[in-house]
Amino acid sequence: MSVDSTVVLETRELVTGYGELEILHGVSVSVCSGEMVAVIGPNGAGKSTLLKGIFGLLPVQSGAVLLGGADVTGKPPDRLVQNGLSYVPQVENVFPSLTIQENLEMGAFIRRNGVRERIDEVFRLFPDLAKRKGENTGKLSGGQRQMLALARGLMLDPKILLLDEPSAGLSPKLVSAIFERINVVNKAGTAVLLVEQNAREALSLCRRGYVLAMGRNRLEGEASNLLNNEEVGRLYLGA
Amino acid sequence: MILLFLIWAVIDRRDAVVIGVVEGSILALGAVGLTLVYGVLKFAHFAHGDSMMLSAYCAFLLLSGVVSGSRPGVDAEVLPITVSDLPGATTEVWKFSFGYGLLVAMALSALVTSGILVVLDRLVYRRLRQRKSGIVIFSIASLGLAIAIRSLVLMVWGPTPRKYTTTVRENIDLPFDITILADQLFILAAAITVTVLAYILLFRTKLGKAMRAMADNPELALISGIRTELVIALTWALAGGLVAVAGVLLALQAQLDPQLGFVLLLPLFAAAILGGVGNPQGAFFGGMIVGIVQAVVVTFDFLSPGYKFSVAFVILILILLIRPRGLFGARL
Ligand SMILES: Nc1ncnc2c1ncn2[C@@H]1O[C@H](COP(=O)(O)OP(=O)(O)OP(=O)(O)O)[C@@H](O)[C@H]1O
Ligand SMILES: [Mg+2]
Repeated sequence: MSVDSTVVLETRELVTGYGELEILHGVSVSVCSGEMVAVIGPNGAGKSTLLKGIFGLLPVQSGAVLLGGADVTGKPPDRLVQNGLSYVPQVENVFPSLTIQENLEMGAFIRRNGVRERIDEVFRLFPDLAKRKGENTGKLSGGQRQMLALARGLMLDPKILLLDEPSAGLSPKLVSAIFERINVVNKAGTAVLLVEQNAREALSLCRRGYVLAMGRNRLEGEASNLLNNEEVGRLYLGA
Repeated sequence: MILLFLIWAVIDRRDAVVIGVVEGSILALGAVGLTLVYGVLKFAHFAHGDSMMLSAYCAFLLLSGVVSGSRPGVDAEVLPITVSDLPGATTEVWKFSFGYGLLVAMALSALVTSGILVVLDRLVYRRLRQRKSGIVIFSIASLGLAIAIRSLVLMVWGPTPRKYTTTVRENIDLPFDITILADQLFILAAAITVTVLAYILLFRTKLGKAMRAMADNPELALISGIRTELVIALTWALAGGLVAVAGVLLALQAQLDPQLGFVLLLPLFAAAILGGVGNPQGAFFGGMIVGIVQAVVVTFDFLSPGYKFSVAFVILILILLIRPRGLFGARL
């Protein structure tokens, strides 16, 4: 599926934080339809805060979030989900005492019909999960938990998926496995905003990227340019 | 240890164990509701026992239509028509001391109690949620409601204990030398049926699964698009149903008394914590264990029956010291 230039998700000078504490001081990012975009930056740069701000989990002090051109700033998550936005948080991204199947059903809570068919489709992408669908999620390994979190986020067939460090804490083999799935999902037409610590892998997968630092936009551009950028290389790629 | 105690009790104190199972099944119903409210809303609902008592009085009102008159000891009829006016509603069924009217009253009381809890949530707890109050504030608010409910019942029905029926209760003999009141058999059957229904709701329906999901991880539930306010309302409705059945059964087993709710609070919390807070299956077994231990301990010669309710207290302290996550692990 090709990338076109219609913007599906955009933040404009987003200012948000936790209570009194302002963390983002005006961050602007945009994702086009079908595009995969990386957000990288050091620990504490505000990458997770950006996703929470987009998803209406934090009070937005100023700026705007636009979804498919419509202003959705401060809208509750169930509205966003209905409009094709889906979010997989960095931590605590599964329901541990529910079975794998039930986790997926919860991902499709607002869907009235076709839930079973969609679960089968998602299971086709994650055959390992299908084998264990009746098991409790608490017992899953880190890699499988991340797969399930991703699968849950796909249940509504979103237009755009926000992923917060899907590869965190995984072995190199599992990192490439999860990136491969994300790539498949993106090739099937879902736009992805990918927050990552594994900056090199993320940038080599994405078309464009943003570098955040201290709650502000630092750099942005074609992923290949960022990969070759001296500052990025020194700070985030360990080169 | 608990298992050994139960085995010994079954062999040596069978009658007490039978009573304990009956009372335990009532406690279990209450404790399952309590643990659900805790799981989904994350606070200790101190008005649970008093809600149970209120629902039992509500059934009493539906059956008899009376409240306390202005003079002590004199009742005033307030309902023009009661459940007992239904044809044959008070004719005793089988060996029970009541007719089908009691079941109707119980079902209506369950509806009313569910409604009351949902409305109280809207009026009180939802405002606290919107202000992002801490759990202590929620619990104190529920304590306030508990006192309000108790005072209301005292004002409306007075302090004298009441009964649903005054008919003589019949015994029945079961295999293994067990003698039990017919009414108690009904209590046990009703408690188990309702528990199974609650279990089906929690584990087989979408909204039930959403309740468990919210208990697990409220933020992820929100992120997934689960309509959390709807799930909260359902939780109160389910708790109300469980509370009402428990309350009516308890009044059938003993009698109606405005102090009932307060007396129950400790055993209910002991049962919920014993089973692991937020764990409905655990709460069921916790209720059974507390009921049996209470009933067996009062048969000891060296203890006066007045100590019955301190048993729950001792269980609570022991469990918090030894296994604070409960026998079956916290979580739904
Ligand atoms: N719940 C919170 N309350 C208050 N401050 C928070 C909270 N969560 C994060 N912060 C602060 O916000 C800043 C940005 O955090 P954020 O999680 O967005 O960083 P990040 O870029 O995602 O980092 P990481 O790579 O470690 O995930 C940090 O200084 C952090 O201490
Ligand atoms: Mg983060």
